[in-house]
Amino acid sequence: MPLPLSAQISGDSACSRAGTPLGALSTPGVHEFYALSGADAVSTHGFGLGVMLSGRPGAGLVWVVHDLTGMETGRPHGAGLQEMGIQPQDLLLVRARNIATLLGVGEDALRTPGVEAVLLSAWGEDRALNLTAGRRLGLLARSGNKRLFLSRAAAAPRASPAESRWSIQSAASTPLMAGAPGRPAFSATLLRHRRGAPLRTWTMEWDREARSFVEPAPVSGRLAALATQRPAAGPTGLRRTG
Amino acid sequence: MLVEKIKGALRLSAVSPDAARQGLEPGLTLADARARVPAVRAVPALPDADDRLLGELLTDFDRFSPMIALDLPHGLILDVTGCAHLFGGEVGLMQAVQDRLARAGLHHRCALTSTPQAARALARFGLGGILPCGAERPVLRRLPVRALELEERDDLALRRAGLKRLADLDDRPRASLAARFGADFPARLARILGDEDIRITPHRPPPPVYADRLFFDPISLDADVQAVLADLLQETTARLEEARLGGRVFEAIFYRTDGKIRRIGLSVARATRNVSSVARLYRERLAHLDHPLDPGFGFDQIRMVVRQVEALLPLQSSLEDAPDASVRLDELVDQLVARLGPEAVLRFQPHGSHIPERSAGWISGRGTPTPVEPPSDRDPEDPPLRPLHLFNPPQPVETMAEAPDGHPFRFRWRRQVHNVARAEGPERIAGEWWRAPGQKTRDYYRVEDTQGHRFWLFRQGAYGEDSPPRWFIHGLFA
Repeated sequence: MPLPLSAQISGDSACSRAGTPLGALSTPGVHEFYALSGADAVSTHGFGLGVMLSGRPGAGLVWVVHDLTGMETGRPHGAGLQEMGIQPQDLLLVRARNIATLLGVGEDALRTPGVEAVLLSAWGEDRALNLTAGRRLGLLARSGNKRLFLSRAAAAPRASPAESRWSIQSAASTPLMAGAPGRPAFSATLLRHRRGAPLRTWTMEWDREARSFVEPAPVSGRLAALATQRPAAGPTGLRRTG
Repeated sequence: MLVEKIKGALRLSAVSPDAARQGLEPGLTLADARARVPAVRAVPALPDADDRLLGELLTDFDRFSPMIALDLPHGLILDVTGCAHLFGGEVGLMQAVQDRLARAGLHHRCALTSTPQAARALARFGLGGILPCGAERPVLRRLPVRALELEERDDLALRRAGLKRLADLDDRPRASLAARFGADFPARLARILGDEDIRITPHRPPPPVYADRLFFDPISLDADVQAVLADLLQETTARLEEARLGGRVFEAIFYRTDGKIRRIGLSVARATRNVSSVARLYRERLAHLDHPLDPGFGFDQIRMVVRQVEALLPLQSSLEDAPDASVRLDELVDQLVARLGPEAVLRFQPHGSHIPERSAGWISGRGTPTPVEPPSDRDPEDPPLRPLHLFNPPQPVETMAEAPDGHPFRFRWRRQVHNVARAEGPERIAGEWWRAPGQKTRDYYRVEDTQGHRFWLFRQGAYGEDSPPRWFIHGLFA
């Protein structure tokens, strides 16, 4: 299947026309976020948490973290979660020793009525993350009308029964005064969407107060150059798996 | 027979029944004993080992009744009220106790009476056995006055007065005895003779609710164990419901035929009487034990104990109403704690410490963290000042091209060079000198590299000191 034209449009021209990719992420089911590189894992987590929070009450969130992720990127930090705009009572953090446990906890969480959304953070490739596991999670999520976000780092995007598949990358932030790093900025590329949402790349910032993603502030006369609005390294080859 | 050094001489501290028949008795010196019975076998007494053995027996005898206490020296006392029917009546219970003691290779004497003091007196100074209710007094009256366990002086005084049996004392007015032997004397007598009843103080507090299953054929299959647990839970929860209570802490006690005991506890976030949910938690717990439940040659008894109860009113559950969301989330937490352990299920609770490692503690997933207000002096547009992920301990980085007292322009972390595009800092965080002296001050910088990755770096130490400052990466921002 050739990629739709819209998939090839990326960067600031598309960004200025569209809002955020939340529409493509609102369907119940499994959504996969692949960190472009290991260094983007934390951004992928930030993006996943942001998607869970935005436009929803944002209570009953479960974040399951693979222990290997903790070793590679450090453990989740409460003060940082708070600075994302998460209230302590809204998030349950579960540490999973291995991928099998991670998936098991994900299934249990999806079965629980009080849970609104689940984020699973896995590190590396694992045989347990196969089509069967994806289908089980998908069925549970759809039957419970819930969303499960599977964040993968140090793994290449592969075919799966997920609703959508994304490549997430950290983007250069809009600098503040005196060249200080600004709000968290992400670049998300939709690689595949089961319901045919146009494939493209969004660049956006996280707004803690509004608890939503916003387009990067329009370029003003400040320090920012136009180029900083793009993913810093540029999109690296869209994949056609699925 | 056992010997012990008493008053500078080796004396007998305890003798076996065989030795006693030969005329040996405690208190005799070893030399005298050897002279009387040359073939005697003397073993040094080990009081500590005796105590240990008694402790093990105490745990093991928990199977007969949860109301159990040490009865020193060398005794155990059990309150078997309402327990005997489980073993086929008092005779069956006594037989079971004696079998167990005999299998442990112990000389023993058992007595079963209406009051603990009477049982003690009968076991230690009488012949033991079961005294039927109502017919106890004549037997107890025949016990020697030694059964009162008075001081040597008083004991001698009684015997000199010709008062040899409890009956002799029982027939006399109590007031004069109290005047001669102290105020608690009549009470001692009354307790032994069953006129006054006091409860024993059990070794561990008896559980509020428990249920037992005894097996004539020991069971060892998982499926059987699960079925029994479900049955026991049914029984305990029925009792909880009558009392309008719910269980918070459950404990399953598995008694193995060889005397080993395994206790498996389980606690839930809120009081419950739901059999299926507790049974499911037990299934999870048993499947994920660090040391799996080893049935050995089988379990001959399983007990379900509700260690902690809370008031729980019966709820009218309607068919349409979905259960409260928070209740269901608590069930998830319980389930995960049972499977993964309490340290794997967490909630964060920010608290007042400026040291990053201490500022956001993780608490148990069962806890209820208090909501926090963001500091009012923050601009809503401000980026997060604390990273989403934190390294503990911080990871050292190699810095290049730095200006003194400024941020590095380039650094190497995990064999990768990062060029700093933006930076903010320093934010100076001093060590908590009141906890440990000599902690170095840290200067924190938020930096972003040309790839758009954001780091939290700090410099420990300052330029111009003896050792050059070192740089660390403490966290990663989203």
